[in-house]
Amino acid sequence: MAGVTVPTDVITYRAAVAEGIAREMRRDASVVCLGEDIGAAGGVFKTTAGLFEEFGPTRIWDTPISEQAIVGAAMGAAMTGIRPVAEIMFSDFLACCWDYLANEIPKVRYMTGGQVTVPLVIRTANGGGLGFGAQHSQAVENWALTIPGLKIVAPSSPADVIGLMASAIRSDDPVVFFEHKGLFASKGPLPPADHVVELGRASVVREGDDVTLVALASTVHTALAAADELAASGISAEVIDLRCLIPMDLTTVLASVGKTSRLVTVEENPHQAGWGATVVSVVVDEGFELLDAPVRRVASANVPLPFADALEDQVIPTTDKVVAAVRSVVNY
Amino acid sequence: MSETTELLDLYERMAVIRRTEKAAYDLFLAGLVKGTTHLASGHEAVAVGASAALRPDDYVFATYRGHHHALARGATPEACLAELMQKATGLCKAKGGSMHLTYAAGNMLGSYAIVGAHLPMAVGAAWSARLRGTEQVALAFFGDGATNIGAFHEALNLAAVWKLPVIFVCENNLYMEYTPIGAVTAADHPAADRAPAYRMPAQVVDGNDVVLVREAVATAVDRARAGDGPTVIEAETYRHYGHSRTDPATYRPAEEVERWMKHDPIDVARARLEALGVAPDSITVVDDRATSTVAAAIAAAKAAPDADVAEAFTDVWADGGAQWRV
Repeated sequence: MAGVTVPTDVITYRAAVAEGIAREMRRDASVVCLGEDIGAAGGVFKTTAGLFEEFGPTRIWDTPISEQAIVGAAMGAAMTGIRPVAEIMFSDFLACCWDYLANEIPKVRYMTGGQVTVPLVIRTANGGGLGFGAQHSQAVENWALTIPGLKIVAPSSPADVIGLMASAIRSDDPVVFFEHKGLFASKGPLPPADHVVELGRASVVREGDDVTLVALASTVHTALAAADELAASGISAEVIDLRCLIPMDLTTVLASVGKTSRLVTVEENPHQAGWGATVVSVVVDEGFELLDAPVRRVASANVPLPFADALEDQVIPTTDKVVAAVRSVVNY
Repeated sequence: MSETTELLDLYERMAVIRRTEKAAYDLFLAGLVKGTTHLASGHEAVAVGASAALRPDDYVFATYRGHHHALARGATPEACLAELMQKATGLCKAKGGSMHLTYAAGNMLGSYAIVGAHLPMAVGAAWSARLRGTEQVALAFFGDGATNIGAFHEALNLAAVWKLPVIFVCENNLYMEYTPIGAVTAADHPAADRAPAYRMPAQVVDGNDVVLVREAVATAVDRARAGDGPTVIEAETYRHYGHSRTDPATYRPAEEVERWMKHDPIDVARARLEALGVAPDSITVVDDRATSTVAAAIAAAKAAPDADVAEAFTDVWADGGAQWRV
């Protein structure tokens, strides 16, 4: 009998955040969430919707607008037997508590000679595309990349949100988990109950022979759109979703460049000190002989994020910019 | 334990700290301690008195002036001095140094060198105790200078709103680094006067009297364990040295220094012992034992092997390593 299939096996990136957290909270009573408006309000992006109803006020804690207290308390709790999941509403606000990300959380294990462990996750909504202007739209994953001692996750799909959330929460190391604002409404398959994606494993999301595109979070979709367009003119692009900046899976990148001999990074963070610079530096160091063309980085321009859509498009990576960069290295 | 025995024990702990700090000072001059030190001579009664009011499983967070806090929670003078001397046997394997002494085995969860940063951590440890259903409390020691930084206010507010078992102990030594605290603070008592704004009780106490400190902290601990929330204690004390190794503290008026040196916490405790009828000879025995303890610690730290260079690449991650890429 033919019938309509109800797509219960599809989930949005937004709902995947709450689903990923909920799965871990069900299996581990020490997982507790804190942040601004994450409780009954369900989060300003609704990424914690349903958690307060399921787990209640003893595990889902609304905080004041006190970013230092949020991550500082999360750190103290993590050192003493809890696995906190702290939300910093917009990644731009990480600057308000940067001392904890730069000086405290990543260093305490090391500077105490391994006496303490800090198993926490700091989740934050990152990136542009929603027209929020210069203080609510930045892609700041490269800020975290400057700090030894932080693991850095930035998923591109709902399934990866869930699988990487599982690994992040189970990790005994501090993890900064960048959720991309521009992807919240996107949909994908709901992964099975035991879905776990190991930290530091890049994914080859499209195979190709002529050029390697290395992307992260939102730019995975930009790179895939560019690959579609390039395919129409006979250029075969391989797209790698890096998934994590730390650990950074350069083995997968080098293997791909070994096949394609060309590399383009697609980054939403600013070009200056963006993560692609680290990728490129390793590839030219360890894979110089693999390359048949200069490498290119498509990253955001070195200006603050403007408000207007037309202006923002000038600054952030777009399909057209990626296509142009790929053509330049393929035609080299 | 009788009152006398207990006070003798507190006296000995303070005597050991005083001698350890003097050793740190001397070893620096001898070129055996590098970097910097922020000595706590003069502050002993705050660390020892407060620690005496805690259970072994309670949490303590301290500052870069924290040798006395590590020692008061059970770290040995040998491990502390070895850390300062960059030895493999140092408390933090010579990866922390003077400003980061940590003794997790005694739930002394770190000395932090960014002013005020550890106050929210103490709040988090207290929150954790609540979540896990224990009766542990968390205590943060901090200086008067920390009362003007945002983290102090964020920590007090959150602790009060969540009614957490935290004791905020300010060591008010009258100077934020080189500047009189009163010159830069719109409050007479920089910690205690701010507490009422957060609906939190506060007590100003003579920080050079170990008995009074212990009593004040014990009252706060009782409140915390009973679920009645956080307390601020402002313990007035004085540094015997400058802010850090390079500071001769010439900005402090001579009569002020003299007045405080006459109110030395060890002398105050000794006077209390004598008032309890303890013979001077009995106190001398304790003094001599403290001297021997620290002398042995100095010798052992000097004899210890230097830091293992391989340790530069351990302890970044929980797996013990430092691997950043795959």
